Amino acid sequence: MSDYLVQFNNISKFFGKVIALKDVTMRLKKGEIMCLLGDNGAGKSTLIKTLAGVHKPDEGEIIFEDNKIVFDSPKDALDIGIGTVYQDLALVPLMSVTRNFFMGREPQKGIPFLKTFDVEKANKIAADRMGQIGIDVRDPSQAVGTMSGGERQCLAISRAIYFGAKVLVLDEPTSALGVHQASMVLKYIVKAASEGLAVILITHNVHHAYPVGNSFTVLNRGKSMGTFQKKDISREKLLSMMAGGEELDKLEVELQEMDRIHNKN
Amino acid sequence: MSLKSKSISSKSSLNEDERLKKISSLRVLLNRPELGALGGSILVFIFFGIVAGDTGMFSAYGMLNFLDVSANLGIIAIAAAMLMIGGEFDLSIGSMIGFAGICIAIPAIYWGWPLWMSIVFAFAMAVLVGYFNGIMVVKTGLPSFIVTLAMLFILRGLTLAITRLITGRTQVPGLRVLIEDDPLAWLFATDTFKWLFTWLGSLKLIELRTDGTPLATGIPPSVIWFIALTLFATWILMKTRYGNWIFASGGDKVGATNVGVPVGRVKISLFIGTAVASTIFACIQVLDAGSADTMRGTLKELEAIAAAVVGGCLLTGGYGSAIGAAFGAIIFGTVSMGIFYTDVDTDWFKVFLGAMMLIAVVFNNYIRKKVTESK
Repeated sequence: MSDYLVQFNNISKFFGKVIALKDVTMRLKKGEIMCLLGDNGAGKSTLIKTLAGVHKPDEGEIIFEDNKIVFDSPKDALDIGIGTVYQDLALVPLMSVTRNFFMGREPQKGIPFLKTFDVEKANKIAADRMGQIGIDVRDPSQAVGTMSGGERQCLAISRAIYFGAKVLVLDEPTSALGVHQASMVLKYIVKAASEGLAVILITHNVHHAYPVGNSFTVLNRGKSMGTFQKKDISREKLLSMMAGGEELDKLEVELQEMDRIHNKN
Repeated sequence: MSLKSKSISSKSSLNEDERLKKISSLRVLLNRPELGALGGSILVFIFFGIVAGDTGMFSAYGMLNFLDVSANLGIIAIAAAMLMIGGEFDLSIGSMIGFAGICIAIPAIYWGWPLWMSIVFAFAMAVLVGYFNGIMVVKTGLPSFIVTLAMLFILRGLTLAITRLITGRTQVPGLRVLIEDDPLAWLFATDTFKWLFTWLGSLKLIELRTDGTPLATGIPPSVIWFIALTLFATWILMKTRYGNWIFASGGDKVGATNVGVPVGRVKISLFIGTAVASTIFACIQVLDAGSADTMRGTLKELEAIAAAVVGGCLLTGGYGSAIGAAFGAIIFGTVSMGIFYTDVDTDWFKVFLGAMMLIAVVFNNYIRKKVTESK
């Protein structure tokens, strides 16, 4: 058995002539937080959807706990334990915390054909789970719309974990949040990893990623620029890599050149 | 930077910052979707109690009269409300009523089918129509407004064309004689609790005819159906998994799909629900009148939607209640009958209906903002 919980080896995805992903490799151990960094258009969304089973990779293989697997639908990925929390969180603001928590997977009780949604049990679990991450939901029947952005994010993550995620794929969990809220979410992510989950944190915010990540994979124009352990790379280097550092360097040179010509005249 | 703020945000600060604000009990009450309609019903009863308290509106006979009208509307309003919570509309309810009417009458009168078979046939057609509406909306992604508007015309046209083709007229009378001894028709045509009214009549507590029998003979079937459907729909919405799926499908289609809710199946079943409710409505009315009319149910879809909206349903879906829609129907039913007992010209009923709906929408919007307000 290898060290890795999940491996995505040489994943490629093409849409017609467009190469959305080419030879992207990511390997995660239990308890590891891997940050997937990339600018807009780097192929992050395509990669997430491939991990979540929405897209089938055209090349490459997914190995989960030493077994090679093929996802035919998002449900397959869910069943095996890859829980994806999308940017829109799949929460309905008008519905209660409990009803959101168990949406699509409601606990039932009673006799067949007359089964009822076990609201008491659901309320208890939801309040319990939220309590574990420090969010005191006094009334689990309150609407999710009344919660803050960070709390909603935590609810969505907590739900994915409760329903058996071993690998958490988080799509920009902090992008819409302020510093305080973002730190609350990041803290929760670290806690989840410390309990043995592997986390893929997709973000374009190095400042959020660097403190919590163990390793960093940088995606640029559909290609992986490599995976780096935290000790091997600085925040600045990461930043310049993902922002297309070379391009910025080039721009700087050009600007200096223009400046020089201008001064000559 | 993040690390630092991470350590600062301890659990206690979270509690103090964001969770300490007490929600007042009034606010909790305001969050219930049916509150507006309940309050409205009480106001309507107080109003007519003052204006028409001594006119016979609140005699047993008068009350059954406006309850019957409310109940008929309520049967379709509840189904419409459930569909609206699920995020869709059905404008073909009224046409379906007319269509179901002739589906009962023509086979029974012209083809010699037993009445129960015609009734089963009408319900089968309703399931088909509802399924078609649903599958069209789900598969094409078109707004249900357009799809069911098309169905409104198609069904009404079919009803008229088929009836005229087969009977040469637009009405099919002669059903009343078939009701007796039919194994199914009694479900839609029997007054219940007759003994209660006879007893009350013998005590001279309710109005009597000149021959000594009570004027109000029993609870009409519509009222029983109305109560049963209200309870059933409320049970589904509040107490079952399927109910949660209805809210989820209407609240956020994409999100619901992502967590495994079969949104398409939920919506299709709700469209079948409105068509079946229309058929229940049609059975009651056709068997009561003894005849089917091609124009029966015209504009009922709009009244049903109005009652659902007054009952707290949001036009955008994901929020509302069956009890609310029931009270919405009671408001409309009571006013439409009660207006006869006042000096007000009945022409004003529609004005009231419109104004009531407008007030309800403004009120609902306000409530929705309150419910989803971020702290």
